[in-house]
Amino acid sequence: MSPGAWHRFADSRVLWSFRHDKVAIVSFAVMCVYILLSFSAPLIAPYNPYDPTTIDIMDSEIPPAWLENGDTRFALGTDAQGRDMLSTILYGTRISLTIGICAVLLQAFLGITIGLISGYFGGRLDNFLMRVADIQLSFSTLMVAIIVLAVFQALFGTELYERLAILMLILVIGIAEWPQYARTVRASVLAEKKKEYVDAVRVIGLNPVRIMFRHILPNTLSPILVISTVQIANAIVSEAALSFLGLGMPVTKPSLGSLINSGFEFIFSGSWWITIIPGIVLVILVLVMNLLGDWLRDVLNPKLYKE
Amino acid sequence: MSVALLEIRNLEVRFAMRHVTLVALRDVSFAINRGERLGIVGESGAGKSVAAFSILNLISKPGYISAGEILFEGRDLTKLGPQEMRKIRGNRISMIFQDPMMTLNPVLTVGTQLTECLHAHRELSEPEAREIAMERLAQVHIPSPEARFDQYPHELSGGMRQRIVIATALLTNPWLIIADEPTTALDVTIQAEIMDLLLELCESQNVALILITHDLGVVSQVTERAIVMYAGRVVEEAPTREIVRAAKHPYTQGLIGALPQQTESRRRLKQIRGVMPALTEIPPGCAFHPRCPYVLDVCRVQLPGYSIKNGARVACHMVAAQMQTEAKESES
Amino acid sequence: MTVGSGRALVEVRNLAKEFPLQTGFLEQLHFNHGRISRVRESVKAINGVDFDVVKGEALCVVGESGCGKSTVARAIMGLLKPTSGEIRYENKRIDTLKGKNLLPFRRKMQMIFQNPYASLNPRMTVQKTLQEPVRFHYPDLSPAEIGEKTAAVMQSVGVDPSWTVRYPHEFSGGQRQRISIARALAVDPEFIVADEPISALDVSIQAQVLNLLMDAQEQRGLTYLFITHDLSVVEHLGTRVAVMYLGTVCEIAPTRTLFATPQHPYTQALLSAIPRLNEVRPNHIKLRGEVPTPINLPKGCVFHGRCIHANERCLHDVPRLRKAASGVQVACHAVEEGRL
Repeated sequence: MSPGAWHRFADSRVLWSFRHDKVAIVSFAVMCVYILLSFSAPLIAPYNPYDPTTIDIMDSEIPPAWLENGDTRFALGTDAQGRDMLSTILYGTRISLTIGICAVLLQAFLGITIGLISGYFGGRLDNFLMRVADIQLSFSTLMVAIIVLAVFQALFGTELYERLAILMLILVIGIAEWPQYARTVRASVLAEKKKEYVDAVRVIGLNPVRIMFRHILPNTLSPILVISTVQIANAIVSEAALSFLGLGMPVTKPSLGSLINSGFEFIFSGSWWITIIPGIVLVILVLVMNLLGDWLRDVLNPKLYKE
Repeated sequence: MSVALLEIRNLEVRFAMRHVTLVALRDVSFAINRGERLGIVGESGAGKSVAAFSILNLISKPGYISAGEILFEGRDLTKLGPQEMRKIRGNRISMIFQDPMMTLNPVLTVGTQLTECLHAHRELSEPEAREIAMERLAQVHIPSPEARFDQYPHELSGGMRQRIVIATALLTNPWLIIADEPTTALDVTIQAEIMDLLLELCESQNVALILITHDLGVVSQVTERAIVMYAGRVVEEAPTREIVRAAKHPYTQGLIGALPQQTESRRRLKQIRGVMPALTEIPPGCAFHPRCPYVLDVCRVQLPGYSIKNGARVACHMVAAQMQTEAKESES
Repeated sequence: MTVGSGRALVEVRNLAKEFPLQTGFLEQLHFNHGRISRVRESVKAINGVDFDVVKGEALCVVGESGCGKSTVARAIMGLLKPTSGEIRYENKRIDTLKGKNLLPFRRKMQMIFQNPYASLNPRMTVQKTLQEPVRFHYPDLSPAEIGEKTAAVMQSVGVDPSWTVRYPHEFSGGQRQRISIARALAVDPEFIVADEPISALDVSIQAQVLNLLMDAQEQRGLTYLFITHDLSVVEHLGTRVAVMYLGTVCEIAPTRTLFATPQHPYTQALLSAIPRLNEVRPNHIKLRGEVPTPINLPKGCVFHGRCIHANERCLHDVPRLRKAASGVQVACHAVEEGRL
């Protein structure tokens, strides 16, 4: 960022409103903590849950340290296989966040390109692309994901699936939700296209691709930013739901969803922490992302909510 | 001279913003008599609409009246409660806005809106209200009022809508109509018709009119007296003819000189350099001094008071100095 | 200057543009008396407009909202594809050109827009806004030369060099309009279409921008097509005037002739409506009725419903623009027959 741009940001309404909104500050701080801790998991986690040699089956189902029978070695207890819950959650959060962010990047790439083309060129192409988007949206994300992932597992076996799980989840969630972006981008392109600055560059003679990406796209970034926060939260929830159904991350490389799933059978035998703790971690993560999204929408779209 | 219908004394309006409090109107005073037509002229941001809105107590947060009096028939409107204010607003004083759709409700028929307004201020039966409404529609020269009565605003053209708004404003036989840029959104031919109508109605019914506009041409055709505002302050007040013929304040001179019709075709227009300052950056002294071609040293530091002569007043150091020398000369 | 004797730079021939109201197939289906029929309505924004823009002149197109004056401007600039008719620039037809073939004309023809708040990209600095067209049309120039060129243009329109790193929202309407004008002038055009360039500005700023436009015309020998609804601006700036009503041109005349002796009944009404400073009791010509919708155009002369001189012929025959000896062109049966 150039100094001018930085100055502009420091002066802006966005920063001002951020500093005066406690919810936004707390949410942002919590999200930063999440990102920092999860992506430095290999450095700070006491154990490596992927390394079978560090796991002892004798340590299984130890409750968190502050409870009776707790063990100071395992702050949040262990799961059924004897893995340290704290380390597994850190690694699991990393996987959840990675899948969420990458899936949203894929959604955004597909959605923004299609939305721009659809909005800018209009006519039959627009009609066609938007009907495709409608059809895509009429299948729920989970339904599409379940079918694709189940068929993939049946065709290529679970072993290959386990190796490609992250990639598959990114692809499936990414492709299933592009219409969200496409519709938002198309709507703002239609609004921007009418403005005279677009006519001005058309009069200059620039080609459509350059007009779309250099002139119109930067002016549609606000709504893109808003839906991105919400979409990341959605993608994380989708991934968790799929993992909970056994179609997501394998137990050997658990995400938050598969952790919740793996502990679910023990919840009534007293080992509630295997499910409840990752559950809380997941809920807080999704909550702060949605709160941030709400705040952003209020700030960037003042006409919508404020008088 | 009898008591003025409306008199505004030293009105000050402030806007409490995020970091600062802005003064939108400073020390604004003027009066209007019954049946008189007064124009308030200024560019956008000069405070002319704020002045109009404050008369009816329609300034919304974060703005508020911080000082001054608004005397309507001797009663101070700034001290009235909301209930008493409502009795005056739309009854004794009516307002016409730039956009007719600000006054007209799109989901109600013209007739409903007219009669509703009447019921709000008068105890009338439905047929009586309808009769008065029809009469007003005829007064504003709306063709086939019976048909219009049951139409919705969107079925009418812009000029027709503004006529309906004027009819609404006339319903309760007001003493004062405040028209805020009533024809800015309309075409010239329609503007001419609406202005003719306003003029005719004010004269025939002896209604006072405050016409707020940026268009000096309109002001010169409709009003008897005019006020020129700049950066929240009245800079000149005089009979309209006087202002058009020989404006005293350099800003007014500049505004009139800048009109294309004042200059020979294809010649450079006499332009005022610079732009009007935003409320956040009003310079010390006379607010016009950075743009003024006759700027004196005193202009940069001291706010000019009003020099009054022959029913005209001007806030300008240069004019004050001229008047002083003239007075001395006539003495000697 | 003798008007009408110069060479035509831009020729507009029989130009028409319709905007379909129902674009989708399903919208066109109407259910009527138990039958399904396909209805295609359209807004006839301009129908058969003819005029020339002579090199070096400022032709003002004037008319009230909805008369199609902006559509004419946008069609000439290639922002709209005309439904029928021809547009020629220096005798070459340009309305059918596309892409690369159009580029040389893009440089020669530029446009200034009405709304200074929408005509600059809010995410681009003034410098980027001004340099982009130059870099695009003069790819051989070095960055330093591009900088010099834009700096010169900025100076000529009164844009402070310190503004270059700032964004449009930091400027007032008048300053933005200057930047817009600089952008149009930066590629050294010959012909400029200005679509209501001052109507969004305050009175004192309007004068500044008008002066700027006249100075630029003088210094650079520009030809203007000036679209406006403000007749006093026309009177001041135009060398010739074309008056439009409901998508057709009713009168084209040299400015002085038009203001002294307007011939078309509509022109007469329009001129009488100008609020003049020195008139105390104006005598406006009142038109009856209202402007018809451009969806169902009246037959014959589009003005006949509001014209006091209309007769039987006006209801059926569409009047054509006819050139009189004085260089005035009027489309009116009454004028032609000498009834007026």
